[in-house]
Amino acid sequence: MADEPLVLGIETSCDETGVGVVRGTTLLADAIASSVDEHARFGGVVPEVASRAHLEAMVPTIDRALKEAGVSARDLDGIAVTAGPGLAGALLVGVSAAKAYAYALGKPLYGVNHLASHICVDQLEHGALPEPTMALLVSGGHSSLLLSTDITSDVRPMGATIDDAAGEAFDKIARVLNLGFPGGPVIDRYAKEGDPAAIAFPRGLTGPRDAAYDFSFSGLKTAVARWIEAKRAAGEEVPVRDVAASFQEAVVDVLTRKAVRACKDQGVDHLMIGGGVAANSRLRVLAQERCEAAGIRLRVPRPRLCTDNGAMVAALGAEMVSRGRAASDWDLSADSSLPVTDPHVPGTSHAHDHVHEVSKENLYS
Amino acid sequence: MLLLALDTATPAVTVALHDGTAVVAASSQVDARRHGELLLPAVDRLLAEAGTHLDAVTGIVVGVGPGPYTGLRVGLMTADTFGLALGVPVHGLCTLDGLAYAADVEGPFVVATDARRKEVYWARYEDPRTRVTEPAVDRPAEIADLVAGLPAVGAGALLYPDTFPDARAPEHVSAGALASLAAERLAAGEELEAPRPLYLRRPDAQVPKNYKVVTPK
Ligand SMILES: [Zn+2]
Repeated sequence: MADEPLVLGIETSCDETGVGVVRGTTLLADAIASSVDEHARFGGVVPEVASRAHLEAMVPTIDRALKEAGVSARDLDGIAVTAGPGLAGALLVGVSAAKAYAYALGKPLYGVNHLASHICVDQLEHGALPEPTMALLVSGGHSSLLLSTDITSDVRPMGATIDDAAGEAFDKIARVLNLGFPGGPVIDRYAKEGDPAAIAFPRGLTGPRDAAYDFSFSGLKTAVARWIEAKRAAGEEVPVRDVAASFQEAVVDVLTRKAVRACKDQGVDHLMIGGGVAANSRLRVLAQERCEAAGIRLRVPRPRLCTDNGAMVAALGAEMVSRGRAASDWDLSADSSLPVTDPHVPGTSHAHDHVHEVSKENLYS
Repeated sequence: MLLLALDTATPAVTVALHDGTAVVAASSQVDARRHGELLLPAVDRLLAEAGTHLDAVTGIVVGVGPGPYTGLRVGLMTADTFGLALGVPVHGLCTLDGLAYAADVEGPFVVATDARRKEVYWARYEDPRTRVTEPAVDRPAEIADLVAGLPAVGAGALLYPDTFPDARAPEHVSAGALASLAAERLAAGEELEAPRPLYLRRPDAQVPKNYKVVTPK
């Protein structure tokens, strides 16, 4: 539909500079510049390195996204940007770019929530989100179960990790096994050739009195590291494939079990999974099995849309425009701990509308 | 010609418009922690005050530092993106040069700004238009010999009177000075610098514990 909003989205909450363009729920462009290689030797994301890379990459990435989408900046209906949560300095680069771009083009600005964007991106893959939707978000930065009845206004936290994010555990175990950074893809690869039942690693927070929807991966991380160190201390070879498979199984078992349980308890018949860990092949398979058995429809976007990207921000921005949500003000700030319950940061003054009138050609020329 | 100048490399968020002859509007706010929030509204007010709009701007001038990185990037990213959206050139100028240009000093002097961590960003100048050393970052005591006997301007000089006993205004850079210097250089047919940040320090290669944890607990 030609009257669906055309929105450009900017994402810089971590180490990817993402710029996406969508029309309504249709993906037009998804341009990414990653600084992951620069972080690899540190074994994790270095905030200052990420912020420097965002500044360098931003303008070329916006250019690339517009070319890929085959649209002109003048035709955009809005600019969306991740306002939080994320790394403060990294977010600020994206927010500065989005504000300047929106202001210069005379377009409304939408500061949106990174987590809600991870959920909304599925609209680009599988069409409008069912309402309500249960979402399992798992990455190096987040592990949460969220329930949303309207992605632009109502996102409720059901549970979250009480220590490490799932993706962090993958990174840590990959480091212990000397497999490099990031850990997710490489563990997934080794696990394919290993036995997931070889070693019984602990399932965190799955006791009868534990919080039903919260996660904990710190204990698992330590247990796996201890197991590996014991093997090494005994002079035995570490069965890397079996360790990878058994560790991965422990993570995805807990994730899918709790997600399905949350759906059942809340009477929700749709589950979406997003975030970088959603690219994990075993998670996708096990989630599919368990959802089918429980009569739940599973929606998982293609791996590229699960990791951080600009299209997810554009997708949520487009939804904000469609539903007539208030634009953000020009003093929008980057909020590293923006609550998940705030899908966007609406403006508080009317100044914004006046600014857009000022920007219109006919008033001055 | 209408230049929009901005600088966020010091605690000041400073913006100015220059028509090729003179500064037509300018504003500065000092708040080191809120560059991100303050800059765009400041540009908006500046344009309104001058009775014009951003589309009329023919070039952007931005202070490239050196300065604390997080704030510095706000100005550079804003300038870059304005340049992209408007299709106008973006010129970089050393922030210390802007301070020097506004200094009321005849002979050789020093410009020093606060680099935090007990250090200063600094350079030596022959006169307000001529820098004679590359911008550097050092502990004041370590450069005492190099700056001895010279007047000094900038917040870095005011902070460390032992090293800079003859400290003077201005304390922070003004975009008006940057714009005037840029206009002067452009009129003389000089090339200005690329709008690339002068960090001067390598990034802290510390991966914070619990990096990437962004979910509120
Ligand atoms: Zn994410």
